[in-house]
Amino acid sequence: MTQADISVELRPKLVGSRVKRTEDPRLLTGTGQYVDDIKLADMVHVAILRSDQPHALIREIRVGDTSSVPGLIGIYDWTDLEGEVRPAIPTSRMKGYYATPYWPLARGKVRYVGEPVVAVVADSRYAAEDALGLIEIDYEPLPFAIRQVDAVREDAPLLHEEAGTNVIVERTFMRGDIEDAIASAPVVVRGQFRMTRKTATSMECRSYLAEYDTRRRALTLWTSSNIPGIIRDALSDALDLPGSRMRVVAPDVGGSFGGKGSLYHEEMLVCLLARKLERPVKYVADRLEELSSSSQAFDQLIDGELAVARDGTFLGLRCDVIGDIGAYSIYPWTGGIEPVQVISFMPGPYKIEHYHGRVRAVLTPKPPTGPYRGVGRPSSTFAMERLIDMAARELGMDPADLRRHNLVSDGEFPYRTAPGIIWDQSAFQQCLAGAREAIGYDGLRVWQEQARAEGRWVGIGISSYAELTGIGSRIAVAPGMPINTGTETAIIRIDSTGAVEASFGIASHGQGLETTLAQVIADELGCAMDDVVVLQGDSSLVPMSSGTYASRSAVIAGGAATQASRALKGKVLRMAAHVMAEPVEDLEAERGWIRSRTSNAGMTFKEVARAVYLQMGTIPRDIREDLTVTETYDPFLGTACSSTHICVAEVDRETFGVRLLKYVVAEDCGRIINPMIVDGQVHGAVAQGIGAALLEEIVYDDEGQLVTASLADYLLPLASDVLDMQIVHIEAELPNNVGGFRGMGEGGTIGAPAAIANAISDALAPLGLGIQTLPATPERLFQLIRPHLNTLEENTK
Amino acid sequence: MTDPVSITVHVNGTAHTRRVEPRLLLSDFLRHELGLTGTHVGCEHGVCGACTVLIDGRSARSCLTLAVMADGQDIETVEAQGTQEDLGRIQRAFRDHHALQCGFCTPGFLMTIADMLRHHPLENDEQIREALSGNLCRCTGYQNIVAAVRELASERGPIE
Ligand code: FES
Ligand code: FES
Repeated sequence: MTQADISVELRPKLVGSRVKRTEDPRLLTGTGQYVDDIKLADMVHVAILRSDQPHALIREIRVGDTSSVPGLIGIYDWTDLEGEVRPAIPTSRMKGYYATPYWPLARGKVRYVGEPVVAVVADSRYAAEDALGLIEIDYEPLPFAIRQVDAVREDAPLLHEEAGTNVIVERTFMRGDIEDAIASAPVVVRGQFRMTRKTATSMECRSYLAEYDTRRRALTLWTSSNIPGIIRDALSDALDLPGSRMRVVAPDVGGSFGGKGSLYHEEMLVCLLARKLERPVKYVADRLEELSSSSQAFDQLIDGELAVARDGTFLGLRCDVIGDIGAYSIYPWTGGIEPVQVISFMPGPYKIEHYHGRVRAVLTPKPPTGPYRGVGRPSSTFAMERLIDMAARELGMDPADLRRHNLVSDGEFPYRTAPGIIWDQSAFQQCLAGAREAIGYDGLRVWQEQARAEGRWVGIGISSYAELTGIGSRIAVAPGMPINTGTETAIIRIDSTGAVEASFGIASHGQGLETTLAQVIADELGCAMDDVVVLQGDSSLVPMSSGTYASRSAVIAGGAATQASRALKGKVLRMAAHVMAEPVEDLEAERGWIRSRTSNAGMTFKEVARAVYLQMGTIPRDIREDLTVTETYDPFLGTACSSTHICVAEVDRETFGVRLLKYVVAEDCGRIINPMIVDGQVHGAVAQGIGAALLEEIVYDDEGQLVTASLADYLLPLASDVLDMQIVHIEAELPNNVGGFRGMGEGGTIGAPAAIANAISDALAPLGLGIQTLPATPERLFQLIRPHLNTLEENTK
Repeated sequence: MTDPVSITVHVNGTAHTRRVEPRLLLSDFLRHELGLTGTHVGCEHGVCGACTVLIDGRSARSCLTLAVMADGQDIETVEAQGTQEDLGRIQRAFRDHHALQCGFCTPGFLMTIADMLRHHPLENDEQIREALSGNLCRCTGYQNIVAAVRELASERGPIE
């Protein structure tokens, strides 16, 4: 620990405390500002006519009598925008990959139901929607394959002819000799696991507002995005504008979970229209549009095989994955982001020598899949953890013991997994032990025996996983992606009134980063927390920014905040030393006061600021330093965040509904900035995992139509579907980054589906059944159990 | 489309008279005509509860209500519960318990809870969860919202 670290250690700290959030007062009183709350003079509204065809050529677009709609301003299709915009192309260095171009409106052909085709502009949204009824599109339907198993076939109709195939990403990772490991293993378990299609479903629908400043010939886009910096760079290329004339702002954003973390057609569209019309242009998706055109997620078909020795040692793992990525490779992450992540993380936190993972990402006529909390790992963890439970059953071993036997243990870190992920020191074993203890695992097994004897279908499910968070510049967040997401810049300045303003490239959308970063800054700089304002969610704040995603902000922005605060504190103390005529080594800053350790001298930050900026001559100009600092932090590698979930589930024998009875999460997220916020992230992520496990499923029928097009069909967890969970924070060795933070925003969604699937499988084990498809809806469970009902009745007679 | 009609709606104690199209939703009226953007719209089909307001003291979905139906009625929105400097009791409980993250669903919950505290037993978690099950929150997993309501219900005591 350095000198600076020790002095920080000795004070009562904000980091580690349950500090109430700075964001709350505005959000609680309706004074927050989400994009749709912004109203500009002369603003016009867009409604969009979307494709009702899964795959078709656009033959003709006809418009009826426009005089019947008062307030109509214009109707635009792709031909009206030609030459005004370049497509966004999600490039990647992946071999054999085809990058599908992104345009604001469908260009001659549609590839999924919901794809934007025609934009109507009017002086109100009501009028714009009226005018949609005037438009008729002649389509020439084309053949298509809606299911991934059909779309991968060589004779399948092609969605993008230029690609020459529907399989635009294919990757294989291997280590050792998997054939031999499987052939010679005493126990091999296998299964086909299906994690169905989901969507992130934030409560705020996607919303955009663009304004064109004719004087500066500059565009501002307000967007409900969690990656405003990436969007700025993309639009700057697409519209050929320098960053000085292209600003992207994410004001208050009503959740994202990844769903608002990609470039959208409509972001390009409103910018183009605002520039064309020289008026502010707003577009707000309704829930149907949200469900049928926002990025979707998961949809992985995983064939997995796990080879195990008699003593339980994992010998080898093989998986063959087909990821259904929808009709386009998403910008900027590419269609590889979800499926490639599945084979990258399939071995999880376990030691496995021999591995073979193969994935194919296949285009189908659906909205593209993109990032959704957990990315790839909810699917890989589901498959892997199911295989482990199947192996435990086969071996007659307790599933918790089998995990303990194979988890990477202290002394084995850093551990390099077969696909090349490096786990730094993290509390894999301690999380398992902590969760076991917290839930009273051994006692639960006894209880379960009794409950079973009473005829109840109750089960206990475990899942352990690790994720890579706070990824630095060494590794691309998405496979082969040429965008740097590994650095974060903090600009911290103290102005002439003593206020501390800290700017970042992140974009908080519920994580409370305005609070947590202020905690870090107040501790490190020694100022008062109330004096710090954290600015974020605006591409104009720092030269290069990306946003908040991939569990990066606490680690990377927290690191940048720490470094910048330390540097700024140095300046403050040097200036104060001069004013106070004290040696700088004797000075310490705390809560806005600078004091001398050796005398009674003291002054406030405000007084230092006045001396520096306002009182001419107090500080000689040759030693005077501005109270501003810019620091960029790059953790280079990432750090592991690990966790174990254990839950108890009961399947109702009448309704086939699943009820969760107990839920425990034990996790190691390094140094905790704000335990209240960390717990909130876990609660929310686990609830989403419960949704993925039991409720949520995006369904397309054979005609390529979306069946789950409302929130009455796409079921999100309600307060009555979830339960109070217990969270155990494991204090283990801190990661080797500035601040000692690990990213933890996604984990719950990774662990919960697997734990619940295992609990249900355990409940149904006496029937010889197990879960291979999620969500385990009552209908699915009924179909699974029905063939066994007769035997069951016989047995209980 | 039919011609605009004149309505007078009392919102947070102030009477507003406007000419509106009969098809205008109350949620849009509040947000865009009156600028009360604290009321949010998450689905426009009556499922999410983000648009919940009180109409004559009872919680209602403003996205399922036409502005003309509110003619002559008393509407209360989140803006009436408190200010940034002086949070209302329910808002304070939400802040203390970290019952909000992105805050988008929050106004709807605050209005629902205002109604529930007046009219529902809320004696145990099951009743609380049941009372909250008409509002969707995607961020919090509800645990801290339940905790906030538990506290509010305990200091309120049972309803008559
Ligand atoms: S917006 Fe009214 S219930 Fe969702
Ligand atoms: S706080 Fe984000 S939806 Fe509830």
